[in-house]
Amino acid sequence: MTPLQPSTLAQADVIISQYPQKRSATMPLLHLVQEDRGHITPEDMAWVAEKVGVTPMQVLEVVTFYPMFRQHAIGRRHVKVCRTLSCALRGSYELMESLEKALQCPRGSTSPDGNFTLEFVECIADCGCGPVVQVDHTLHENVTPASAENFVQKIRASLQDPNYGKTAPQPNTPEWKG
Amino acid sequence: MAAVERPIIYANLRKPGYTVDLDCYLKHGGYEALKKAVAMKPEEVCKEVETSGLRGRGGAGFPTGMKWKFLDRKSGKPAYLVVNADESEPGTYKDRQIIYQDPHQMIEGIAITAWAIQAKQAFIYIRGEFQHGAKILERAIAEAKSKNFLGANILGSGYSCEVVVHRGGGCYVCGEETGLIESLEGKRGYPRIKPPYFPAVLGLYNCPTIVNNAETMAQVKHVLALGGAEFAKIGIPGDSGTHIWGVSGLVKRPGLYEIEAGKATFGELLYDLCGGPLEGRQFKAIIPGGSSTKILKFGERFKGKLPNGTEFDWALEDIPLDSNSIAACGTGLGTGGTIVIDDSVEMIQALSNLNAFYAHETCGQCTPCREGSLWLSRVSKRITTGGGMESDVPLLLDIANQVAGRTICAHGEAVAWPVQSAVPKFKDEYVESIRRRQNGEPLPKLKLI
Repeated sequence: MTPLQPSTLAQADVIISQYPQKRSATMPLLHLVQEDRGHITPEDMAWVAEKVGVTPMQVLEVVTFYPMFRQHAIGRRHVKVCRTLSCALRGSYELMESLEKALQCPRGSTSPDGNFTLEFVECIADCGCGPVVQVDHTLHENVTPASAENFVQKIRASLQDPNYGKTAPQPNTPEWKG
Repeated sequence: MAAVERPIIYANLRKPGYTVDLDCYLKHGGYEALKKAVAMKPEEVCKEVETSGLRGRGGAGFPTGMKWKFLDRKSGKPAYLVVNADESEPGTYKDRQIIYQDPHQMIEGIAITAWAIQAKQAFIYIRGEFQHGAKILERAIAEAKSKNFLGANILGSGYSCEVVVHRGGGCYVCGEETGLIESLEGKRGYPRIKPPYFPAVLGLYNCPTIVNNAETMAQVKHVLALGGAEFAKIGIPGDSGTHIWGVSGLVKRPGLYEIEAGKATFGELLYDLCGGPLEGRQFKAIIPGGSSTKILKFGERFKGKLPNGTEFDWALEDIPLDSNSIAACGTGLGTGGTIVIDDSVEMIQALSNLNAFYAHETCGQCTPCREGSLWLSRVSKRITTGGGMESDVPLLLDIANQVAGRTICAHGEAVAWPVQSAVPKFKDEYVESIRRRQNGEPLPKLKLI
């Protein structure tokens, strides 16, 4: 297994120092690990446990409770379609059906080429611009069934972008809203 | 008279060219309210907030000044301020705008509140999905510290306060204040039982803690800027300030509308500001304040008495947009996240959609909520997939009645209320949906589950 990056290890100590009790750093460290590796392994949990002074089981409890933490690798782009009422009223179910076809990937799975993981998620708090789709850290608003094709082209193109996800968010860009 | 907006919280962020930078905020009068606050005694700041009549903007509408008064100051333990920016109630997206477009407004409110309650440490618990929002806040906090609005010895007052941004993990129940505290302690977000775990006494790390909503913090800034008495003149007695109405669903212009409390009606909001229903459609119902508030049906009459004794007899369109009026109609202003449903929607599908949400989000601690939410979701879904029986309609109500009031936190009510309010109002339509499927008749085009 690849070790965590030095920057991850360095950030961990800064994060822990911000809290009056070390255990509070559990979730921030798990986010950090997941951003580094893409998912969380048992070894990572043991590392977090040692860092914050709890047992690995107590970290596993946290990992299994929160939907954002995952223990398995996913596709290169994580496509999360909001399915809760406001977005559903604007057509998120029909949108999901179009995306399943276009990405060749049934909801809740990863496409055979490993490029996309497609999921329904619950409300992501942008209800007036539905349907909304969050791709990794970027939010896409008003992705209607009619504009699905355009949207798929956009996220496919992002696979070729060597700087994807590396740039700091700039005000008033879609990245800013994710 | 057509409804007009009165943006206070959103006044700056809507200006063209307004940015999240500190310089921009300072040009717009930023941190003047904090200067005013630290020149006052903490208890005077609390008094201003009490005088203002400000009610919390997280959904329950509890008076903010009174909440601060409950803080246990005798224990000798440190007090904490926790800002709830976990915005996760379906239909609600007002805090996102503040975080992403005017973070300093909220941070100024946090600094004022922390001073008022003498908290040396504040946390902003932000939704895990707001990755960039967290970065924006962290940058803004660093800027504020560099100008001595936060950190050590704030504005030379000798008082210090640190603010840490803490990202959640995509869990609705962590928006509940005690679940949030557990989560912030690095555990599963299981809500705590009250008593004894009233946050103001036994909160974060079992220390006295004030948990306030993100928008409430922004409102506090304006309370101090205007003074409590002036702030109380905005809106109506019993509900001061502005409410941000986040309208979503099937209207011409969904969006965020900031309106003085009680100075417009649902009819004015939905027709004047939101442009009415989509072409060729008619409004059928609204869920007024986030998905957990009780549904209101167009064509209903609402009769009763307001807390001040005034009798009323309103159609849905006539209900004034303030918490007391809306509560008197049997529902709640909640977070102001209004979900609009029109005649293209099959109501059982809308209910099933929400039931699926609550079944997904129950933390599993209390049996009635864990089992009840799942049953409700399954029963309503089987109606939508053609396996429903007429007896399923009273069954839904029966299950919901066994959840509400029997759980540690309000998630139980959130599970039950949509069902308890919708079944009596739409049961004929539900039965019709069952019959339509049994007879193999065509279904509405819009799919919600």
